[in-house]
Amino acid sequence: MWDYSEKVKEHFYNPRNAGPLDGANGIGDVGSISCGDALRLMLKVEPESERILDAHFQTFGCGSAIASSSALTEMIKGMTLDEALEVSNQDIADFLDGLPPEKMHCSVMGREALQAAVANYRGEEWSDDHEEGALICKCFAIDAVMIEDTIRANNLSTVEDVTNYTKAGGGCAACHEGIEEILGKVLAEKGEAFDPTAKAEPAPAMGNLARIRKIEQTIEMIRPNLQRDHGDIDLIDIDGKNIYVALKGACMGCQMEAVTLGGVQQKLIEALGEFVKVVPVGAHKHAPAGAALTEA
Amino acid sequence: MGPIYLDNNATTQCDPKVVEAMLPYFTEQFGNPSSMHSFGNKVGMAIKKSRAQIQALIGAEHDSEVIFTSCGTESDSTAILSALRGQPDRREIITSTVEHPAVLSLAEHLEKEGYTVHRIKVDSRGRIDLDEYRSKLSANVAVASFMWANNETGTIFPVEEMAEMAHEAGVMFHTDAVQAVGKVPLDLKHSKIDMLSISGHKLHAPKGVGVMYLKRSTRFRPLLRGGHQERGRRAGTENVPAIVGLGVAAELALEHMQFENTAVRRMRDQLQAGILAQVPNAFATGDVENRLPNTANIAFEYIEGEAILLLLNKEGIAASSGSACTSGSLEPSHVMRAMGIPYTAAHGTVRFSLSRHTRDCEIERVIQAVPPIVARLRKLSPYWDGDKPKADPEQAFAPTYA
Repeated sequence: MWDYSEKVKEHFYNPRNAGPLDGANGIGDVGSISCGDALRLMLKVEPESERILDAHFQTFGCGSAIASSSALTEMIKGMTLDEALEVSNQDIADFLDGLPPEKMHCSVMGREALQAAVANYRGEEWSDDHEEGALICKCFAIDAVMIEDTIRANNLSTVEDVTNYTKAGGGCAACHEGIEEILGKVLAEKGEAFDPTAKAEPAPAMGNLARIRKIEQTIEMIRPNLQRDHGDIDLIDIDGKNIYVALKGACMGCQMEAVTLGGVQQKLIEALGEFVKVVPVGAHKHAPAGAALTEA
Repeated sequence: MGPIYLDNNATTQCDPKVVEAMLPYFTEQFGNPSSMHSFGNKVGMAIKKSRAQIQALIGAEHDSEVIFTSCGTESDSTAILSALRGQPDRREIITSTVEHPAVLSLAEHLEKEGYTVHRIKVDSRGRIDLDEYRSKLSANVAVASFMWANNETGTIFPVEEMAEMAHEAGVMFHTDAVQAVGKVPLDLKHSKIDMLSISGHKLHAPKGVGVMYLKRSTRFRPLLRGGHQERGRRAGTENVPAIVGLGVAAELALEHMQFENTAVRRMRDQLQAGILAQVPNAFATGDVENRLPNTANIAFEYIEGEAILLLLNKEGIAASSGSACTSGSLEPSHVMRAMGIPYTAAHGTVRFSLSRHTRDCEIERVIQAVPPIVARLRKLSPYWDGDKPKADPEQAFAPTYA
């Protein structure tokens, strides 16, 4: 069973804006029947303002495909087309409080349906430049095609290279056999063999200072979201892989605390390209265990 | 109303009698069966009893033909790798396109190591092409490995006949029988099957125990070497509680064989007929005349299986699906694809697998629950219009690949 968020389940059980839309003037059909996910997005656009007056969907697909479609229609209603085109697949996933890595492609499909529908409204040809392969790295949701293309484009020859360029293999490392196999295949095209003892190109290294700045920037970017819900987060300390933070305001003791921290951790991992652990202080090293209780 | 479990091909509930028989082997009967003292001796006797109970279920000639393993997958790997190591000059294996990953993934890996793998195709009802099979049998083949019954559709292969054919050609025969054991009567002493895999948790025994049947005098090379357990053919201290449980489960399976093939079959038939009578654009997959008595695999066109399962789950009904999404892969079930089921139906397949614990009232509830779920998802489907598919559905909705 997938670990779907409550919001994904809610949008799946009660999809918004499902079914045909009368008077639609922008339609995007995307997806792949072989993969089992396809979506028709229908927009009713006011020509003068290019504002999306209404959006509906029809989806052949799994729970998260239906939830992503439903979320997308809710997000873009009222936006102008240009505003809507700014919606990224990560925004769709965030709206749903996250998607399992195997299901991130559902949010990608939503974004592509949007591009296709806008192109259809504007009378443009839309062509898809993204081909999806088998999911190799489940920690960072990287597929085989992405890895293969990156190896080719950058002449990579080691697993470490692949991790540095795509993040694939940088988490639990279970996919290294799969990455080696892809390396072997691509290297064979050039008449070379994969050498497991080869040394990686020096990684695009991030110095200590750059790393701290990156962590600060990432936390700063997250704060407005939490502040909107009357919460906040502070960076307390960085110790190797451990990043200590303090949740404040409404975030404190919130039932969703673990989810919030998980999201922060994911954002930091993505920004840094390495595994880090987000540790809330209070129950940990910076404050005695009873402190939070006394305050409350 | 309690939850309804119709996913018995995935795993079964441990029978309470099995659990009861196992418990002493976690507490007072903790000895190592290899030990000389009385602690070990009693445990050794318990394993011997279990071996005899399994021998009875599968109709083996000798109890020493029963080798305990950790699971069905281990039994499959042991059998196939033993055939290759025991006959190093034979560099080919024959299997089918619809095997369980326990065999198919191993075959794919062996291919990378330089072995030739022949995958025999099936027809639209999942029946094996015996002519193609015959044509691949030769002195280059180390082993032919075919499942007794398919886990997704329940379709039964004529493995006894196929083992005869292999023997005439001097080829070893293995069958992955994890779905068949306990549901189909077996009489291995009168067959030419050399090796057979059993998985405990498919027949109301616990997870973590399996059996590889090895016909006496079949050339064998162990997968795990070490101590003298299982006469040196599978080293490693025995999982005694689970082995005792599997013995009891085998005895119960033999007792219920008739029930499985009458009462369970009748409930399965009612379920399938009840659903198909109400739901348009749905059909049963596989060889419906020749399949396991507990399995019905139904394809619901123009909707996706994971979505069906989530809604069934909300109604307290557990089943499984061949859709890509339920496995996180990009393709629907290889079994559905091998039978040439179109994508718009393959993704919407739902497998209902019953057991002797299934009740008539549960079947009635499922028959009532399924049609509205299918209708609800079809309302969301771009292929559907009102109460029927759009005219020429593949034309009406032809998305850009994304």
